[in-house]
Amino acid sequence: MTDLYTVTDLHLSVPDLTRKPILGPAPRIEILKGISFALPKGKILGIVGGSGSGKSTLGRAMVRLMEPTAGSIGFDGQDITHAPEATLRPLRRRFQMIFQDPMSSLNPRHRVGQIVQSPVALHGLADPQARMLEALDQVGLGRSYANRFPHELSGGQRQRVGIARAIALRPDFILADEIVSGLDVSSQAQVLTLLERLVADLGLTLAFISHDLSVIRRLCSHVLVLHQGVIVENAPTAQVFARPQADYTRDLLRAIPLPDPDQPWD
Amino acid sequence: MSFLVIRNLTARLKGTDQRLLRGVSLDVAAGEVRGLVGESGAGKSMIGKAILGTLPKAVEITGGEILLDGTDLLRLPPARRRSLIGATAALIPQDPLTALNPSRRIGGQITDRLVDILGWTRARADARARELLDEVQIPDADRVLGAYPHELSGGMRQRILIASAFAAEPKLIIADEPTTALDVTVQKQILRLIGAMQARHGTALLFVTHDLGVVSKVCQSLSILYGGLVVEDTLARDFFAGPRHAYSRALLAATPKYTDPQASLVPVPEAVLAEVQAEVAAYDGRAT
Amino acid sequence: MADARAMVRRRAGPRLWLSAGWIVLIALAALLAPWLAPKDPLAQDMFMGRLPPFWMDGAEPGFWLGTDSLGRDVLSRILHGARIALIVAVVAGTLTCVIGATLGLLAGFLRGWVDVVISRLIDIWMAFPPVLFSILLIAVLGPGLMSIIIAIVVIDWTRFARVVRAEAMRQGAMDYVASAQVAGRSRIGTMLTEILPNVLPTIVVLLTLEMGIAVIVEAILSFVNLSISTDDPTWGGMIAEGRTSIHQAWWVLVFPLVTLFLTVLAFSQLGEGLKDRYDPVLR
Repeated sequence: MTDLYTVTDLHLSVPDLTRKPILGPAPRIEILKGISFALPKGKILGIVGGSGSGKSTLGRAMVRLMEPTAGSIGFDGQDITHAPEATLRPLRRRFQMIFQDPMSSLNPRHRVGQIVQSPVALHGLADPQARMLEALDQVGLGRSYANRFPHELSGGQRQRVGIARAIALRPDFILADEIVSGLDVSSQAQVLTLLERLVADLGLTLAFISHDLSVIRRLCSHVLVLHQGVIVENAPTAQVFARPQADYTRDLLRAIPLPDPDQPWD
Repeated sequence: MSFLVIRNLTARLKGTDQRLLRGVSLDVAAGEVRGLVGESGAGKSMIGKAILGTLPKAVEITGGEILLDGTDLLRLPPARRRSLIGATAALIPQDPLTALNPSRRIGGQITDRLVDILGWTRARADARARELLDEVQIPDADRVLGAYPHELSGGMRQRILIASAFAAEPKLIIADEPTTALDVTVQKQILRLIGAMQARHGTALLFVTHDLGVVSKVCQSLSILYGGLVVEDTLARDFFAGPRHAYSRALLAATPKYTDPQASLVPVPEAVLAEVQAEVAAYDGRAT
Repeated sequence: MADARAMVRRRAGPRLWLSAGWIVLIALAALLAPWLAPKDPLAQDMFMGRLPPFWMDGAEPGFWLGTDSLGRDVLSRILHGARIALIVAVVAGTLTCVIGATLGLLAGFLRGWVDVVISRLIDIWMAFPPVLFSILLIAVLGPGLMSIIIAIVVIDWTRFARVVRAEAMRQGAMDYVASAQVAGRSRIGTMLTEILPNVLPTIVVLLTLEMGIAVIVEAILSFVNLSISTDDPTWGGMIAEGRTSIHQAWWVLVFPLVTLFLTVLAFSQLGEGLKDRYDPVLR
């Protein structure tokens, strides 16, 4: 089983502009402090952590929306850590991202069809419109949705458009960044069930970022728990729930409110 | 009699036939926590707004009663209503970021209401603010009172909002999805805090949420809403032992539970949706 | 369940039709003035001086809105004056918009040194007092239509740049911009396909406002005799001349003033009206 992603000792820091002196560069805040893991093809990896853990930053580094400051990221054997846009562009067809906020992830002045189709057209692939309609079908939205604007759709429907946009390119890898955090329980269930099916049908590799461990349990085969920029737990899902190694993981598990009045809650 | 009694509340989008609330009835006794559960668009936030008088202009109430300690809010003149609500009710809002004025220090924001609406002296209000910060377990009260909202974490801000809500010893608090924007570990602290304060002050609490896990931790009773219609109204204990209504069961099955992954994240079946939509249609048929 | 707020319909646009209608009227006046105007705007006739508009006693047929102190027909002069007004409005407005909006977009979206340079430029530029600046420019360039247009563009582009920059910055933080990057779109490409459509409504409103401002600036300049050098009538010039006759012949001042007012108002409402009608986002 080959690894689709190989991340080695990844560091990422950003300048702290609130403390920038008049002359000279701003001091840097380290967000990722040495992350190493491998993601095999066809697997679903859960990346869990609280706010400030660096999970979103890790995801963005993996799709090169942000550039690491040290360490390396290998995608299917190719080192993409500091690759220039020109090299990345053809590769970008193969890794895609779905965003958290259904409000801001779709351009309000583009129609749904255009949103889903434009990445396909951008990469010069054949028949973007057919691919777009196919993608809409696959996410359970009818063809009529292609003509609508995002504000005419519900949150769950918008997330499905985001998924359609990601799969239209038929990528190898998708990063899902907290894609159900803004949805209510029934929409959440629908979107996750859809994602599960698509991963199986399309043979995708998925990295699923969430702050909610219970969602992770259902979907992911392997879990990374991040805390303040480092990996505190890296294990198969069943093990994380049965025998968590890190204190932080235990805290996370104990904090999840189950719909059960008899759950110990202290 | 319960402190808050809502009877047959109906509301619609102004100038249209679009019904938003369909004969909602529920009650909250003094010292009780009732959960108001539903998907987005079900109308749960709207009920809270109807009570507090903060409904959007496009929404109008077409019937029913909202009795606060026996007085029907909907029959009061607006000024009297505002002062009654100001004195007896409070809100814990969803988003601690937008609920606080970014240009003012925290201290002023907590004491404002006490000084302006209840007529307390500045000194008395300040003392109360410190008491409250202590109660919500914020150490270093001086620093926090003098700080601006953006200098504090999300969890801290929510604690401050909770403190503000309890400041004037309200008899009723409406908590509108107070933990949705928070991390799961912070959520646990905040839920326990709300529970503890509610118990200590004996406040009636209406807790709006879409998360049944949260409901099981704070609520003694709950109402499930769909399309502005109450489809189940029961005690929490009974509910979690086995909900009566098919839609409630579906919601429970959709709720993620890591202890039972197979019975989690199950989408609401089409048949159940159709059934509950039929109930809504039946209500509309009877109402016209 | 769809959002109940989405059900509220927008009002149709009476202000779009009214403002567009007036502008079309003025545009026609400007284009067809030589044929529409009943009299020669420059023809002086001392015996026909200060004739009142047609509904008052003492009016002469053919001089619908009366004449000024030199006997020139007010209506014809207003129609001819529309030419100057509109040329200035359209040319100055468009140039200001193109320059200002482009710089604003680049600064707001690309950030980095591009933003630093453009922002400093705007800051320094805006430090010059606009009225003095324009008078200085006209003194250097000499009076004339070109000078007025250049003066307006040179001063007002900063207004566009500032606003568009702020809007572009806001848009740049949106996830759909990040999505375009992940898809592999170039920076400039993202700016044009993702940012521009969302900044366009603001630009349109600013553009129409700028057109109104241009008309006023020209009127002010011709009021102080710094406008075009020929004898061609301008609304500002008419207003200036009309001041002296206001007691004996109020119409010489009032009609060009009202026309000016309505035209500027129409421009400002046009932008809002276009936004109401054509922006797909229900706000």
